[in-house]
Amino acid sequence: MSRLAQGGLIDRAKPLQFTFDGKRYSGFAGDTLASALIANDVRLVARSFKYHRPRGIVTAGSEEPNALVELRDGARREPNSRATTAELYDGLTAESQNRWPSLAFDAMAVNQLFAPFFGAAFYYKTFMWPKAAWEKLYEPMIRRAAGLGRASELPDPDHYDKVQAHCDLLVIGAGPAGLAAALTAGRAGARVILVDEDFRLGGRLNTENVEIDGSAGLDFVAATEAELRALPNLRVLTRTTAFGVYDDTYAALERVADHLAEPAPYQPRQRLWRINARRAVLAAGALDRPIVFGGNDRPGVMLAAAMETYVSRFAAAPASRLAVFANNDAAWGSAFAAHDAGVTVSALIDTRADVSPVLAAKAKARGLRVVLGGRICDAHGKALTAIDIVAGGRTERLAVDGLAMSGGFSPNLQLTCHHNGKPVWNDDIAAFVPGTPPPGMSVAGAANGSYDLGDCLREGAARAVGALADLGIAATALTVATATLNGTAVSAFWHVAEARTKAFVDFQNDVCASDIVLAEKEGFRSVEHLKRYTTLGMATDQGKLSNMPGLAIMAAITGKSIPETGTTVFRPPYTPVAIGALAGHHRGKDFRPTRLTPLHGWAREQGAVFIEAGPWLRAQYFPRGAEKTWDQAVNREVRAVREGVGLIDVSTFGKIDLRGRDVGAFLDRVYINTFSTLAVGKTRYGLMLREDGFVMDDGTTARLAPDRWVMTTTTANAAKVFQHLEFCAQVLWPELDVQLTSVSEQWAQVAIAGPRARDVLARVIDDPATIDNGAFPYMSAMETRVMGGVRARVFRLSFAGDLGFEIAVPARQGEALARALMQAGAEFDITPYGLETLGVMRIEKGHVTTNELNGQTTALDLGFGKMAKKGDFIGKVMAGRPGLVDPDRPRLAGFKPVDPNDRLRAGAHFIAVGAAATTENDLGWMTSTTWSPTFGHALGLGFVKGGTARIGERLRAVDPLRGGDVLVEVCNPVFFDPEGVRLRG
Amino acid sequence: MRYSLLNVVVNGLTGNRFAKPAWRDPAPKPAYDVIIVGGGGHGLATAYYLAKVHGIRNVAVLEKGYIGSGNAGRNTTIIRSNYLLPGNEPFYEWSMKLWEGLEQDLNYNVMVSQRGIVNLYHSDAQRDAYARRGNAMRLAGVDAELLDRATLKAMIPFLDYDNARFPIHGGLMQRRAGTARHDAVVWGYARAADALGVDIIQNCEVTGFSRAADGRVTGVETTRGAIAGGKIGLAVAGSTSRLGKMLGLRLPIESVPLQAFVSEGLKPLIPGVITFGMGHFYISQSDKGGLVFGGDIDAYNSYAQRGNLPVVEDVCEGGMALMPMIGRLRMLRQWAGLCDMTMDGSPIIDTGPYPGLYLNTGWNYGGFKATPASGWCFAHTIATDAPHAFNAEMRLDRFRTGRLIDEKGAGATPVLH
Amino acid sequence: MLITCPYCGARDAHEFTYLGDAELIDRPDPAGPEAEAAFHAHVYLRDNPAGPHRELWYHGSGCRQWLTVTRDTRTHAIASVVAAARPEVAR
Repeated sequence: MSRLAQGGLIDRAKPLQFTFDGKRYSGFAGDTLASALIANDVRLVARSFKYHRPRGIVTAGSEEPNALVELRDGARREPNSRATTAELYDGLTAESQNRWPSLAFDAMAVNQLFAPFFGAAFYYKTFMWPKAAWEKLYEPMIRRAAGLGRASELPDPDHYDKVQAHCDLLVIGAGPAGLAAALTAGRAGARVILVDEDFRLGGRLNTENVEIDGSAGLDFVAATEAELRALPNLRVLTRTTAFGVYDDTYAALERVADHLAEPAPYQPRQRLWRINARRAVLAAGALDRPIVFGGNDRPGVMLAAAMETYVSRFAAAPASRLAVFANNDAAWGSAFAAHDAGVTVSALIDTRADVSPVLAAKAKARGLRVVLGGRICDAHGKALTAIDIVAGGRTERLAVDGLAMSGGFSPNLQLTCHHNGKPVWNDDIAAFVPGTPPPGMSVAGAANGSYDLGDCLREGAARAVGALADLGIAATALTVATATLNGTAVSAFWHVAEARTKAFVDFQNDVCASDIVLAEKEGFRSVEHLKRYTTLGMATDQGKLSNMPGLAIMAAITGKSIPETGTTVFRPPYTPVAIGALAGHHRGKDFRPTRLTPLHGWAREQGAVFIEAGPWLRAQYFPRGAEKTWDQAVNREVRAVREGVGLIDVSTFGKIDLRGRDVGAFLDRVYINTFSTLAVGKTRYGLMLREDGFVMDDGTTARLAPDRWVMTTTTANAAKVFQHLEFCAQVLWPELDVQLTSVSEQWAQVAIAGPRARDVLARVIDDPATIDNGAFPYMSAMETRVMGGVRARVFRLSFAGDLGFEIAVPARQGEALARALMQAGAEFDITPYGLETLGVMRIEKGHVTTNELNGQTTALDLGFGKMAKKGDFIGKVMAGRPGLVDPDRPRLAGFKPVDPNDRLRAGAHFIAVGAAATTENDLGWMTSTTWSPTFGHALGLGFVKGGTARIGERLRAVDPLRGGDVLVEVCNPVFFDPEGVRLRG
Repeated sequence: MRYSLLNVVVNGLTGNRFAKPAWRDPAPKPAYDVIIVGGGGHGLATAYYLAKVHGIRNVAVLEKGYIGSGNAGRNTTIIRSNYLLPGNEPFYEWSMKLWEGLEQDLNYNVMVSQRGIVNLYHSDAQRDAYARRGNAMRLAGVDAELLDRATLKAMIPFLDYDNARFPIHGGLMQRRAGTARHDAVVWGYARAADALGVDIIQNCEVTGFSRAADGRVTGVETTRGAIAGGKIGLAVAGSTSRLGKMLGLRLPIESVPLQAFVSEGLKPLIPGVITFGMGHFYISQSDKGGLVFGGDIDAYNSYAQRGNLPVVEDVCEGGMALMPMIGRLRMLRQWAGLCDMTMDGSPIIDTGPYPGLYLNTGWNYGGFKATPASGWCFAHTIATDAPHAFNAEMRLDRFRTGRLIDEKGAGATPVLH
Repeated sequence: MLITCPYCGARDAHEFTYLGDAELIDRPDPAGPEAEAAFHAHVYLRDNPAGPHRELWYHGSGCRQWLTVTRDTRTHAIASVVAAARPEVAR
């Protein structure tokens, strides 16, 4: 057992059981999976991506490149979970990944034998022979071998939540700088949100043995947390990672229930915070960096800061005999902490020839062996057993089972890059520090390159004061008189040139120093080329560990400085984010809102089968009795309309009220035809173009009073047309007196059609005399009352091509109207019909709809050329371009099969009889087809070169996709009642 | 140095001591027969085909950063030729044919992987529109299949067929579609062009143009000095308007960001490319194991090469709606390309509008798949001063004549394409 | 991205719909000389600047007003938001 007998922020009273690769272990509350594995002496936890090298835990945070596991099982299996951030809970199960058959014996480790040939980008140079083999043989092999963990392949059973928040100051990171910033701002009364990815506040204070104003660091954290949590204007979010900076918005992910076996009922697993912060202080700390030497990837080698964290915070000793290899003062502190906790520190090797006398004295006081000006060139053992130390011209092998390395610290400045800010190099700390952060963000503490504890506290407080001053909020900076002064000196050191074995730069992706050498030789010197060619920095840690050493090695090879070689650019997210969390509740049926018409309940009563029509759910057909297939119902519904009467819910049409003196003039400009001459009480069909001359939409507009009009648009274009008309009214012609109101949702609308339509309406309308054919002829409109005083708008219109009326009533009266019509029509066997039947009848009548008004067609194409007036209207000029009036453009026509038994299919293309079915011979295409119960054969609409000039001609409708090739005759697109006798009856 | 198995083995055994740069790093010469501005896939392919097909080898490719730093390295690597209109389809099919032989042609494994693409449909009207498109493809001699729900479900069982807001009715499939490794395409063309004598000049930004009295464009001014060119071809995608401005050109183009995303690496999960138009989402899985996905553009003009959170959420919502198994998988990285959106959604490969000038632009969000044919046709257009049949309709004057190539019928609003 | 609507205050951009360059405000005179060329330029040609850009947004989920937003296309920083109607002709 490597659990230290005392110390640590773990609750020894709460033991927790867990399994790794099926084996049972035990840890404590407060552990991470990684700390618990270390405490159980588990060193081999993973295999690397390419060479399948054995790997151990390297870090103690979200930057972990090695210790990725499949966490949980079944539908909750989460591949690539970092053992270093997974909080231990009772019953946790984890499995190692990307190994076969087992972690200890991984057959794919054979790849290491071929390593000389598997250098950077080798795959671009081979696998090409023979030609077919790449896709048939090599690629499937590579795909199987590649990848990390396995997805569950089952729907995610958990829920995700989203929340929008606003604050004056967002503080990112709750280490000393963040705590100082939050406390300063919180005390000033500002609205503050403090987030930290850890489950404890405190950051480095949880690990380092320091004092602030005479009390222990942990006491400072406890006191600060108590005060922060008591402030009503301040919200503390632990387990919350600010992962992206977008325009005016910070995105953060709260892991609400990831520390539990599963979320409690009604609890989300995670919550996405969208935070509109007026100002932000980034206090995200800094990360320790690896040094590149031979075998630096072996289990047992970890970052010095991580080692200290395991020892101090988790009371878990990663080694029994430890060496420390570093180029900076901080690592000495880690070595002392290990020693003080009872771990044997066999050697402290520093690349620097000199260190401060204070450090030297502390080491001496502990009796530590110190090697100055030394390096470790190679580490040995499947799990670490020994290291080779180079110093003073000789090499010494030292038996150790743990090595803590530290190449200095890199500020966590990732978020400062999210608005294209470029980090700048600071030679003093051998690191990039923030350049220009996003607007409103300032950076404090280690994230800013200020590593001294006192500096962190003071800088955090000062940034908060500055940020609030911008907002006009006076704040007093938290004062800190004394804080432990630990050394922060560092001397750049990246790569041990004497390494004899593979020296890793990017652990997960197995990028070695030699790969960078090769990339440089082959001309891939730009940082981005280096990254893309070698995959350096493309692993799940996104280069947090590897970018700096990689860049430094490239700089050394090319003889340039690091800043000349390039900077690394970070993009969101800071750490990977579950796709489910970004989706939130938008999945399954809730993916998008479902719009229901005011008559939905009535249609359900009538047994409607519903279908998704864009955002709407609409009645498709109403099956009756023994009808087994949808077409039986549809044929019955069509016959009912043609012979008696039917009714349909048309509430989904866009409806726009237009008011003002100049509506007529306005409509003249937005429709191709004239409306200003329309008499009160009349309605007219209109066609609307886009300014580029193509058809935007069609519909009818009625004049209810001299200055009151109502327009209908197609269902699909309702929003688009309204927005367009608002543009015309507000922006193009503000001098016109026109006011627009969308009333689509205010009015329910029902169409009744068929020879008995008037008889039915007469029993519902309050004054039946007003709808007789003389008083209310085809294309009339009026405001009236129905059902004993209910306001209504009645239009004499029919999309079906029969005698018809559309009746609009206030939405809440819609169902009552439908029921009243059903009752009134009972003796005529009134039949509710759905979209399918409407579709059949509109094709019979040759009415165009979305399939024809697809944005690619012109008024001429649709046969509406003659409707266009002389004067100006939107789209007129551009519609006159030669390409739009080309007589060779396909024009609307009707089609029927020569053999009445043939079926027609939309999407078929027209080819002249005897011609080959090729693009060159393509004459057009079928847009809409149906089987017509009225005619007893199929009908189609479509666009064909020559259009109705070809009436009577026979063409092939070819449909190679479905093996169709049907002889069709070109017809008038209006099949049913072309003279409109029935409409006017 | 020709890449071969032997070459890989020898280099392995010799520790890569004899590895050579994939392309030279020449200083710009004072003059070239042809200057291609833009070292992305299209520019490099153009130079390659100029040298290879037309024997014009005194060619420079000028790149302001490093080659492949624009959209060539920021896309989702999909290749396909499933277009509707005759102005597009033969061009993209020619591109597909070039893809199919590209590894052998370039002696570089660009990892063309024809694992197929499926465009899902959710209504009869969408099926009809796809049928029209698929039949147009078949008339053009291109493979296309209309899959019904049952066939699709057998092929891709993990989609949400039954509990979906927009139930899946079927899909249009092109089996020859797939993906290619984007960076390798850039490097493969660069290396092959360089081998034929083309000068690839990186870190060389064009800052102006030189013009003769008659208006002819005669050269470029760059951060590395003035360079004269007999012919100047622009292949700068989202930067076309900026360069056009130096020439006094206003173009039918707006620059708009398109975001893309990659997940952490996973064992094989998704076979080919799946597009869910109704949900603004598409996805494939790279050979390395990452799920590569994307969706709608961020609908506003931008040169910032970054997008915003609402589109990130929208894309992930589409993903979860389509395949709820991806909820616990994590988005690792997001980025944004700069799309040169035209007013009809189709590209421009043309001579002019000034003598000596040639335009290759307007790739919208779909330039990657076009790379080989774009280079091939642009090379032809530059070499012969006339478009090839494949790009005959991709003219700049089509907006004046009204002979538009508007696949979606969205009209002159680029953010709607 | 927040857009500060002159009528509604600062609102998230998802409440708005983007149309394009604010030159769409200035519809050419269809009866003017060279109307076709003028409309061609109006409908299709754009400066597409990398820098400040005057552009039209519609506050569809708010006050339904068309707005002219001046926004830097390199940084997305918004300098001003005003009603799109030309003030000299607006009622």
